[in-house]
Amino acid sequence: MNINATLIGQTIAFIVFVWFCMKFVWPPIINAIEERQKKIADGLNAGERAQKDLEKAQEEIAEQLKEAKQQAAEIIEQAKKRGAKIVEEETQRGHEEREKIVAAGHEEVASERNRAREELRKQVAVLAVTGAQKIIEREIDKDAHSDIVEKLVAEL
Amino acid sequence: MVSGEQTPTQYIQHHLQNWTVGEGFWAVNVDTIFWSVLLGVLFLWSFRRVAKKSSAGVPGKWQCFVEMIVEFVDNSVKESFHGKDKLIAPLALTIFVWIFLMNLMDLIPVDWLPTAAMYGGYWLGFVDDPHDVYMKVVPTTDLNTTFALSLSVFALIIIYSIKYKGVKGFAKEMTLTPFNHWALMPVNFVLESITLLAKPASLALRLFGNLYAGELIFILIAMIGLFQLPAHFAWAVFHILVITLQAFIFMMLTIVYLSMASSEH
Repeated sequence: MNINATLIGQTIAFIVFVWFCMKFVWPPIINAIEERQKKIADGLNAGERAQKDLEKAQEEIAEQLKEAKQQAAEIIEQAKKRGAKIVEEETQRGHEEREKIVAAGHEEVASERNRAREELRKQVAVLAVTGAQKIIEREIDKDAHSDIVEKLVAEL
Repeated sequence: MVSGEQTPTQYIQHHLQNWTVGEGFWAVNVDTIFWSVLLGVLFLWSFRRVAKKSSAGVPGKWQCFVEMIVEFVDNSVKESFHGKDKLIAPLALTIFVWIFLMNLMDLIPVDWLPTAAMYGGYWLGFVDDPHDVYMKVVPTTDLNTTFALSLSVFALIIIYSIKYKGVKGFAKEMTLTPFNHWALMPVNFVLESITLLAKPASLALRLFGNLYAGELIFILIAMIGLFQLPAHFAWAVFHILVITLQAFIFMMLTIVYLSMASSEH
């Protein structure tokens, strides 16, 4: 436990160790630590920013969604109104068409009936004359009685 | 493990004897040098491995551990030492880890390495009698180690004082404080010299004293028979605290002394 040359040896060893530590051990490690600290700080900042951005985006989305819903409701309302209007108009037109068709039918029926009646009257006159002719051929002279027959035809 | 031929006194003395080569002042404690250099190389090698592949990416487990220590030392330095200095932080790291590892040798049961050395030395033919082999495995229980450290720090204190205050500033501090009067310069010088010299002396003696006492108690415990097992365990658990604390105190005081040396009063 005496002080001896070991002191010198230990001092040299210590100096060499400190020198080695200062040159080759300390700088790389502390640089890595500081770099990582910076990286982590940057990462945290970026995360915070992203969080804020996200919140903002979500707010925007909610607003847009609300607007879109409102617009959709308006469009639906309009479409309903327009649909109702179209249905009403079509119904109206259908009614009119029917009236028209019905009226045309009535008219045709009436004119057809008139024509048939005319025809019938003509045929009856011919028939009556033919019948009268047959009778008169037997009984009277055609020329003498023609005025009576004429009168008959006129009365038909 | 007191062998039959040894008295307790001999046993203790045997354990507290360095393996010394040479005579007088030029003698060298081979065991102290061997174990301290081995531990220092172990420290630098293991830390260098991390330093070589250290990156800002995801660290491995060993890298995490090393970085934890480095950051702890770095924080301690930053708290006490203001200003830029390339030397103080690595110096503090070396002091802390090296002293810690040297102190840690104290936790190896006191007979293991000496007994191994004893039979190893005998078997290799270095000595005729196994009991002539001395092996003290805790380098910090050797005053040479603790004084080597503290005197290096002392040299740095003086270098820093002169570097930051100039020779004149340093001389002024030595002679004009605490009493700022020319007539009291000798008194001041004596006081300041004692203050200055007390720093390395206290650093070295504190570390040596703590570890030497701890080692001695381990040796005493080793002599009490079977009951030594729980006693050894209890003392070892307590000693872990001493080991770490002494390494930390040495580092912290080095930083404080150097920051005092480099700042104006």
